[in-house]
Amino acid sequence: MTAGFEAWLARHAQTLLGSLGRIVRHPIATAMTIAVIAVALALPLFFNVLLQNTRTATANWNQAFELSVYLTQKAGADRAEALAKQLRARPDVASVRVITADRALAEFRTSSGFGKALDALEDNPLPNTLIVTPTIGASTPEATVALKTSIEAAADVDAVQLDTEWVQRLNAMLDVMRRVLWLTGGLLGLSVVLVVGNTIRLDILNRREEIEVMKLVGATDGFARRPFLYSGVWYGLGGGVGAVIVVAIAVAVLSRPLGHLASLYGSQFHLTGLRFGAVVRILGISVALGWLGSWIAATRHIRAVEP
Amino acid sequence: MIRFDQVHKRYANGRDALAGISFNIGSGEFAFLTGHSGAGKSSILKLIALIERPTRGQVLINNQNTSAVKARGIPKFRQLIGVVFQDHKLLHDRPVSENVALPLIVAGVPRREIEKRVRAALDQVGLLSKEKSRPLELSTGEQQRVGIARAIVAKPMLLIADEPTGNLDPELALEIMQLFKRLNDVGVTVVIATHDIQLIDQFSARRIVLAEGRVLSEGRVLSEGRVPGEGRVA
Repeated sequence: MTAGFEAWLARHAQTLLGSLGRIVRHPIATAMTIAVIAVALALPLFFNVLLQNTRTATANWNQAFELSVYLTQKAGADRAEALAKQLRARPDVASVRVITADRALAEFRTSSGFGKALDALEDNPLPNTLIVTPTIGASTPEATVALKTSIEAAADVDAVQLDTEWVQRLNAMLDVMRRVLWLTGGLLGLSVVLVVGNTIRLDILNRREEIEVMKLVGATDGFARRPFLYSGVWYGLGGGVGAVIVVAIAVAVLSRPLGHLASLYGSQFHLTGLRFGAVVRILGISVALGWLGSWIAATRHIRAVEP
Repeated sequence: MIRFDQVHKRYANGRDALAGISFNIGSGEFAFLTGHSGAGKSSILKLIALIERPTRGQVLINNQNTSAVKARGIPKFRQLIGVVFQDHKLLHDRPVSENVALPLIVAGVPRREIEKRVRAALDQVGLLSKEKSRPLELSTGEQQRVGIARAIVAKPMLLIADEPTGNLDPELALEIMQLFKRLNDVGVTVVIATHDIQLIDQFSARRIVLAEGRVLSEGRVLSEGRVPGEGRVA
């Protein structure tokens, strides 16, 4: 390291600590500013945690989908077997399982508990059904829809039910939510910039005389701005840490009741909190927002201070 | 060192502070600007320090035309001039040593170097023992001397002072003037605006008398009651 660079580094370190010392000297005002930033950041952050959890919980549902092919009432079990054989020959079909009307009724009888009531029926109301699983390669939404259309066209087919339809709806909904998250996150990020900017503006007005003196002895605008930029960085960092703490508390509070709720539905779902990477990211973002807010305010208002 | 050429200065409120003033102050000179308040003393100093710009005419400092100095260049320009303000302009939340160090910090001088030069400057104004004090703990005269230490710490070629003895008792004022004289003896160009005629009568130095934004008279007064020589009316 050259001496010049060392001196430069030492000066920056000194300014960094100096600005920290200055904002710590006004604990209440500083705490208020940081609290506002923390709340603004905690909202999208917590929303993001929920969204992330929903996506993990539904991720494996995407894979396991099948098509249920219901045949017409007049098509018999032999017709079902013939159609199954025909479908198995297709390159985009991995397997076909035949559930005959009789077997379906027998299964329904045992699982539903309506045994006696079903005895009253003269005919079996259930159709013969084929469960078609597409190959992995043909599991894209487009390919599955094409397969569905093609099967629907076959003789004796009454209806084809794509079991992934609700998953797609869920995915679409998550997509909308993600966009809502980006929008609210963007707006709240903007509010962080404004809050920091306003705090720095007041700070500059309070220290007008000092800036004037600095400029009189030859300080550049950049030099006079530096401590304010560091203040902005500290506000951002403080707000980011605050947001992480708020979200960690919210996750801790929600995790047990949510787990309990999931277990009542027979799910192993467990609420995952903030990961290390996400914490680093949010701190980076909050510092950047604090810096941006202070940069905008300091650049504007320091230029205006003329001795 | 300083050259004013047909300089006019009209402020936003319409007041004409300088009305086509011209004069020259050479390198290494010691000059007093005198005249009643409103004669244009402060305006001249402000134009030299680029706190104000001339409405018309040219101001040359060290052969550099100040109208060619853009806003971005002002800081570098000011670093070459030491300015002593009438109201001291000290930062009250910092100790004396940091106040004096300010021009060096701003110029990016290394820390060890700063400490050495701050002590040297404080020693010159006789305030080495007060380096840890806050400005408000000091008397007016001491605060003024802190301001002078700050103005000379960066070893400027040009030192300008606006009423540096304004609120001081005669004894202290004389002491401060002698300090300026000593700086001039080592080669610094010194320009002092003052209306304290009795005080400057004790110094053999160039005197530029201003009235209504013009040079009224210019000359040299010799100290110790000798007859003013070279006096001429402009």
